[in-house]
Amino acid sequence: MKLSEISEILNARQMTDEDLASIDVRTACGSDMMSDVLAAGVKKDVLLTGLVNPQVVKTADMLDVSCVVFVRDKKPDGALINLAKERDIVVLCTSEKMFEACGKLYSAGLKPAKEG
Amino acid sequence: MRDVNENAQDILHLHYVVEPDNFAAAGEASSNVKRILKHIGVSPDVIRKVAIAMYEGEINMVIHARGGDIDVDVSPEMIRMVLRDQGPGIPDVEKAMQEGYSTAPDSVRDLGFGAGMGLPNMKNYTDTMQIDTEVGVGTTLTMTVNIPA
Repeated sequence: MKLSEISEILNARQMTDEDLASIDVRTACGSDMMSDVLAAGVKKDVLLTGLVNPQVVKTADMLDVSCVVFVRDKKPDGALINLAKERDIVVLCTSEKMFEACGKLYSAGLKPAKEG
Repeated sequence: MRDVNENAQDILHLHYVVEPDNFAAAGEASSNVKRILKHIGVSPDVIRKVAIAMYEGEINMVIHARGGDIDVDVSPEMIRMVLRDQGPGIPDVEKAMQEGYSTAPDSVRDLGFGAGMGLPNMKNYTDTMQIDTEVGVGTTLTMTVNIPA
């Protein structure tokens, strides 16, 4: 699945400058607890979260996440966006709630990040 | 912040100072190590393990221990991380190793950490982990991740 499809499904705003149609993603996870995201330290492509602070981008970076989606209309500041750009991480913002955002992407074929 | 030494034994040595109470800056050392390991061609799986373990450790140092310093040695066989702080020490290591046990304040939980997963995560993602701690003196955490031949 392309990131452009994800953006469309979530009616998201893109906060960084990548060509979304050129980025493939397969797996995702959703959480506001970065500790839990790190606990399942398997490769995941998309992180959905309602938490907005620089540690979200750093957590994403540690796990090779290609795209962070901020749900519930959260607004990341310029410093966070710049950090994401530095680390080649796409940032999308949507007004969807976490459950709905995850549900829509799951239905569209995005898989949970799992071991093995 | 960082000193790099490459000596004759193919060992890369990296040293970082973790600033106290600077939550926004926490994770810079781990991020730097991740970039260096990628640059020298270490496999992504090994890098992810090192990055997660070190990042959790770095966050802990900021949350609990007023910062500290980190030494990372990279040899062809393994990556060794030593995280030293002069924080409060861990009174009950066995308890601290239990998933979900946390002494972090709510302010830290609001930032997405303090779920009581830090030390268990570090143990899960490393091949060895040793905790030397003394209440009122500090904690030294030594972790290694093997590089498969």
